[in-house]
Amino acid sequence: MNRIGNGGSKNAEPAARPATGPREPAGVPLVQIQDLTKRFDGVTAVDCVSLDILRGELFAILGSSGCGKTTLLRLLAGFEQPTSGTILIDGVDMTQVPPYERPVNLMFQSYALFPHMTVAQNVAYGLKKERLPAARIKERVAEMLALVKLEALAARKPDKLSGGEKQRVALARALIKRPKLLLLDEPLAALDKKLREHTQFELANLQYQLGTTFVVVTHDQDEAMTLASRIAVMEQGRIAQVGTPGEVYEFPANRFVADFVGDINLIDGRVAGAGAGRLSLRCETLGAELTALSDEAVANDTAICVAVRPEKITISRQPPDATDRNVLKGVVLDLGYFGDQSLYRVRLPSGAVLQVISQNLRRSASLTVEWDDEVYLSWDVASTILLRE
Amino acid sequence: MSEDTTTRGGDPRRWLSRAVTLPYVWLLLFFLAPFLIILKISFAEPIVAQPPFTPLLEWGERGFEGLRTTFENYAFLFQDGYYGIIYLASLKMAAIGTLLCLLLGYPMAYFIARQPSRRRQVLLLAVILPFWISFLLRVYAWIGLLNNRGVINNVLMSLGVIDEPLTMLYNDFAVYIGIVYSYLPFMILPLYANLERLDVDLLDAAADLGAKRWQAFLDVTLPLSMPGIVGGCLLVFIPAVGEFTIPALLGGADTLMIGRVLWDEFFVSRDWPVASAVSIVLVLLLVAPIMWFQHVQSREQEAGR
Repeated sequence: MNRIGNGGSKNAEPAARPATGPREPAGVPLVQIQDLTKRFDGVTAVDCVSLDILRGELFAILGSSGCGKTTLLRLLAGFEQPTSGTILIDGVDMTQVPPYERPVNLMFQSYALFPHMTVAQNVAYGLKKERLPAARIKERVAEMLALVKLEALAARKPDKLSGGEKQRVALARALIKRPKLLLLDEPLAALDKKLREHTQFELANLQYQLGTTFVVVTHDQDEAMTLASRIAVMEQGRIAQVGTPGEVYEFPANRFVADFVGDINLIDGRVAGAGAGRLSLRCETLGAELTALSDEAVANDTAICVAVRPEKITISRQPPDATDRNVLKGVVLDLGYFGDQSLYRVRLPSGAVLQVISQNLRRSASLTVEWDDEVYLSWDVASTILLRE
Repeated sequence: MSEDTTTRGGDPRRWLSRAVTLPYVWLLLFFLAPFLIILKISFAEPIVAQPPFTPLLEWGERGFEGLRTTFENYAFLFQDGYYGIIYLASLKMAAIGTLLCLLLGYPMAYFIARQPSRRRQVLLLAVILPFWISFLLRVYAWIGLLNNRGVINNVLMSLGVIDEPLTMLYNDFAVYIGIVYSYLPFMILPLYANLERLDVDLLDAAADLGAKRWQAFLDVTLPLSMPGIVGGCLLVFIPAVGEFTIPALLGGADTLMIGRVLWDEFFVSRDWPVASAVSIVLVLLLVAPIMWFQHVQSREQEAGR
């Protein structure tokens, strides 16, 4: 069988997200980042970033490696000094405050557990530096270990722990000082897939329970989408878009975000006509005209990128009803059957190939659409995404 | 694949084990054998002859007549307080020398380990560079520096800092200079090897949890560099205890170190049995810290597993 490999990106089940439940009303944001820039030897890692992070939010910073997200995190933690710009936490300027005086804790990607200390000593470290009385420390450590279900392992050294246990120790150690802001650097990257899905859920739960503001840095879009209440997508040191997972996925601000978050068909086009809240776009690579909703008055011949998500496209062997839909005709080039859904790659007469994902709603051992079938692709004009460059 | 190698070239592991045995044979031949000879001599009596000690095995007309051993040499060592004082003095000099090496070597190793990798290579090379010149010559060179009319005194006097030359040679001060100078690389290298592996995330984590830089150093860097400290200290301490060249060339008449006593017993008094007993006791004194080091290391490895 000629199967198309699936990166698994579309199949990840959404973790339960109680975190989107009751939140404090938007007042003064907990973190205000203003025009923050960081340069290393002429390389701009963070480029004039302004960002508000609300109290009690589980905020994700999403980007590929080298986009500056880790630098942004280290600026928040205080390990790096910004070249320019300011960071306010709870209204207080933190720009010059050293890391050991910030109400911020960081969970390192490597976990950075102290190898010569036991689990309990690792967790207690932050409180010891606060010079809390020993009895009080013991109490809080026990509380925290109970919270992350590690009581039984309190006397172990980190190298005798599994990956998931280490992750929980790191989390407990970072949370014990009750920071206003917890930063998590790729919190799930070091875990295997099965554990990751479980931990994702636990992490969101814990955040909801504690009400602490979490900022998660990740390169994994599934992680960001399922975990966060809001996402900032970063590209080359800049924030490309900030929004809820739904906004970022369904209404990407630009081509980078559209391409980075989820699978998408990107088609170059030019405006061929406008009116009545619609744009008509001539797509040469497709050899067709597409319609999209837009109130903007755009001059004819303006270059606009048209995009459509694979799951928004319906595939059928019979011609569909063409009202308010973009309809194209093509031939099935490849198909991948995943049980719950099928992925099709359809070649249009122009040679362009579109991806389609279709839910297998009917129980049937045989496929309704097969290789080399002539098919119709159609999608609601409202599903057409316009990306201005 | 693995079958092929076995049938054609023999088991590679067997070759490896053979290659590893070679150093052991070497050690057996040139370390253990002389040690056993010295051990044997330490139980003999001195005589004016060649060699200057009685044989271990008694041979009579009817062949082997028995072992001839005496513990008198050891008894002599313990009865004569002189040796006890010298052992203690040697241990003290070595201990102070080791401590000075540590105090000087730790910051250097730390500094080198924090440099960008290219500069690190250069700095490490500079640490090893003195080995390119004979140890003896380098110790001799210090005579020229520390002499009453040596370089240092001349410079200080011409600058008018001092009127009379400082006595820096032929005393304990000069011996410490010699020990620190000669053994510093042996302190720096194991410390560097340890500190270079230190995960800087750990220091960031400590800072993140409220530790100031010096606290992070005390809580994280120092305990984690303990194997390097112990290793470096033993590498300096053990040879320094038995050091002969440095006290002989730079030390004064009152600088008591066991290496010089050994030399005198062997070559001045020609009392080989007592000299042998002195060295056997010295070896026993030094085996203790080595065993301790082994113990610490194996525990470290246990924990690292």
